[in-house]
Amino acid sequence: MHPLLTDDPGKKMLLLGNEAIVRGAVEAGMSVAAAYPGTPSSEIGNNLFQITQDRESGIYFEFSTNEKVAMEVAAAASAAGLRTLTCMKHVGMNVASDVLMTLAYLGIRGGMVIVCADDPSMHSSQNEQDNRYYAKLAGLPVLEPVSAQEAKDMTRAAFDISEELGVPVILRTTTRTAHVRGPVELGDLPAERKQKGRFEKTPMRWVPVPAVARIRHKALLEIQEKAAGVAEKSEFNTITGSGAIGILASGVAACYVKDSISELGCEENVKFLRLGFTYPVPEALFLSFLDGLEKVLVVEELEPFQEEALRVVAQKNGINVEILGKASGHLPRLYEFDPAQVRSAIASAAGIDVSSPDMPDLSGIPQLPMRPPTLCKGCPHRETYNEIKEVLTELGMVENTVYPTDIGCYTLGMLPPIGMADYLLCMGSSVGTSAGFSIATDQKIVSFIGDSTFFHSGISSLCSAVHNEHNFCLVILDNSTTAMTGHQPNPGISLRPPGYDKPRIAIEDVVRGCGVKNFYRINPYKKSEAMGVLKDALAQDGVTVVVAEAPCVLYYKRVGGKK
Amino acid sequence: MRQRILFTGVGGQGTLLASRLLGEAVMAEGLDVCVSEVHGMAQRGGVVESTVMLGGISGPIISEGEADVLVSFEPLETIRALPKCSRKSIIITNTVPIEPFTVKLGQAEYPDVDQWVGFMKDNYANVKALDADSLAKEAGTAKAVNVVLIGTLAATGVLPVSADVLRETIRRTVKPKFVDANLKAFELGMKAAA
Repeated sequence: MHPLLTDDPGKKMLLLGNEAIVRGAVEAGMSVAAAYPGTPSSEIGNNLFQITQDRESGIYFEFSTNEKVAMEVAAAASAAGLRTLTCMKHVGMNVASDVLMTLAYLGIRGGMVIVCADDPSMHSSQNEQDNRYYAKLAGLPVLEPVSAQEAKDMTRAAFDISEELGVPVILRTTTRTAHVRGPVELGDLPAERKQKGRFEKTPMRWVPVPAVARIRHKALLEIQEKAAGVAEKSEFNTITGSGAIGILASGVAACYVKDSISELGCEENVKFLRLGFTYPVPEALFLSFLDGLEKVLVVEELEPFQEEALRVVAQKNGINVEILGKASGHLPRLYEFDPAQVRSAIASAAGIDVSSPDMPDLSGIPQLPMRPPTLCKGCPHRETYNEIKEVLTELGMVENTVYPTDIGCYTLGMLPPIGMADYLLCMGSSVGTSAGFSIATDQKIVSFIGDSTFFHSGISSLCSAVHNEHNFCLVILDNSTTAMTGHQPNPGISLRPPGYDKPRIAIEDVVRGCGVKNFYRINPYKKSEAMGVLKDALAQDGVTVVVAEAPCVLYYKRVGGKK
Repeated sequence: MRQRILFTGVGGQGTLLASRLLGEAVMAEGLDVCVSEVHGMAQRGGVVESTVMLGGISGPIISEGEADVLVSFEPLETIRALPKCSRKSIIITNTVPIEPFTVKLGQAEYPDVDQWVGFMKDNYANVKALDADSLAKEAGTAKAVNVVLIGTLAATGVLPVSADVLRETIRRTVKPKFVDANLKAFELGMKAAA
């Protein structure tokens, strides 16, 4: 049995934030979940996948082809009355946002939780967007945990809140709550898990033609009022301490505040509002917090979301209080915080002196060799890159080639000595940007995309490129897994986890189905054969696709070893 | 007591397993613990840092000069992590280099390990430098570098858990066929601290 299914209430387990979220959903009686992997959310899907390998679990989980599909799966299952969850990294929310915005209008029946993992400092992402703005844009409630224990408790509570309000609830984590391990006390498991729901046809509720959408938007605004009322009373929002200086914090920043207050010994002169139910704004709570304060420091990573909300509440109620944070320069909008930064912002606001640690003179440390992440030893992508570079050199085109790339391990092809990744936006962008480059330049365009990324969002752009007669060579690096995020399956995989018996969709069939006439296949480990094929492929005009097929070495070892 | 322990190493060395093992042991003692991990892109041969925070610290990150203990799996990474230490820090470092490809490509020079171990001994409260790779091999599995270093860490006496609890945690969390080798690695690590 999977450890997260342990039926032993009160037992403590050392869980990763992501594992705790899964446990919370299991305890809440969730029946259906769907996701596309993305760091720092990946372990949620991985654990759900493992749990559902045990058919006794009564839970359905799927790796959908992208976040939009996953959210649609969860939304419909919820409309049929089941409790559902979907999870994604912050940029995954961009992909799913088309669903999100109207799902907020339609609402839900079974409780639905959308886990969104932001990545301040961009440990493994292309941007550090603050997805709390999605909650505001869509008008949905947000919970933000500070620890693994709370990640479990909040997930469990989020299902109830979702049903109480009739809309999905967003559980927002960041890298430092998703990937932090702490003791988690298990709760009880549901006596029964609903296996099937029933969809009751109510077109005036579920089909947002303009006449319905107008009704639903009004309903959403009413729900937001109600949600603010729930936030006012939430056990996840707490005020501790007293004094004329206030601190408002949420997420991991609240941990640094808590630690700093005890390290600075200023419990007696600082009033601390820790927000866990972070949107909509609990105005009455803000007012009782502001009562008697001279100044407030708002401590939150990324954008001044709460800072501005607090300013609005203060202005609206004619409260003259100094609000410190991003605008005042006490804390930056960039990157994740570190504890000393928060401590010194608090010390500065409270007029406390802090001493810095006694460190030896480190100026003698030379420039240290970097250890950037790199393609693994034996990785087939490296072979493909080298062969293509060699052929382009032979064809005299290497100086004149642009390499649009995509999201995956192969993005590391950017680094020397490979240096074959020139332009990147997001999942699937290699294909659409190749089209753009081929219109705007006479340069040779050779682009790279992985198998999972191709299924995620490469297919419609490939249809567009063929139909619009663009001119580039797309290399699909098919390593039979979603490698970077920890080897999740995708529809095209030929190398399969044990017991995985879902139908395979061959990439070749898809590519040909998109209307691509110039189709080639190489095994990058068979160099001379591959070079021969590439010479032909790279000399073609029009949309050409080369599938470079060889399994990820790490995945091959893992799955192969179990055979 | 509040303790901030920083583990650093190179992807594949078992840094995360070490911090997790320690976290499990501390939790088994009924104490508060917070363990942070690095996942995803950084693991591909890059630097892997993790932290174990004890004594009720709730934030997972260690700021400059604030590591009470540094446990490093690789000497270059030890030097890279020195800004996290203060003169009061305990430093436990493996002395076996893993050359980054940037050195192989001639883009940078690997620092002189002996010279820097000397610097550490002159400037920090307690420094244990050991060849953890050889000790792991001696114990029966090259993969036990992490447990060797945990042994050395235990021997310094800074942990709120006893060696027995750590041994028990190793028995509970390591795959059965590697338990003996890991227990031996733990003992060799402890001895190396003497």
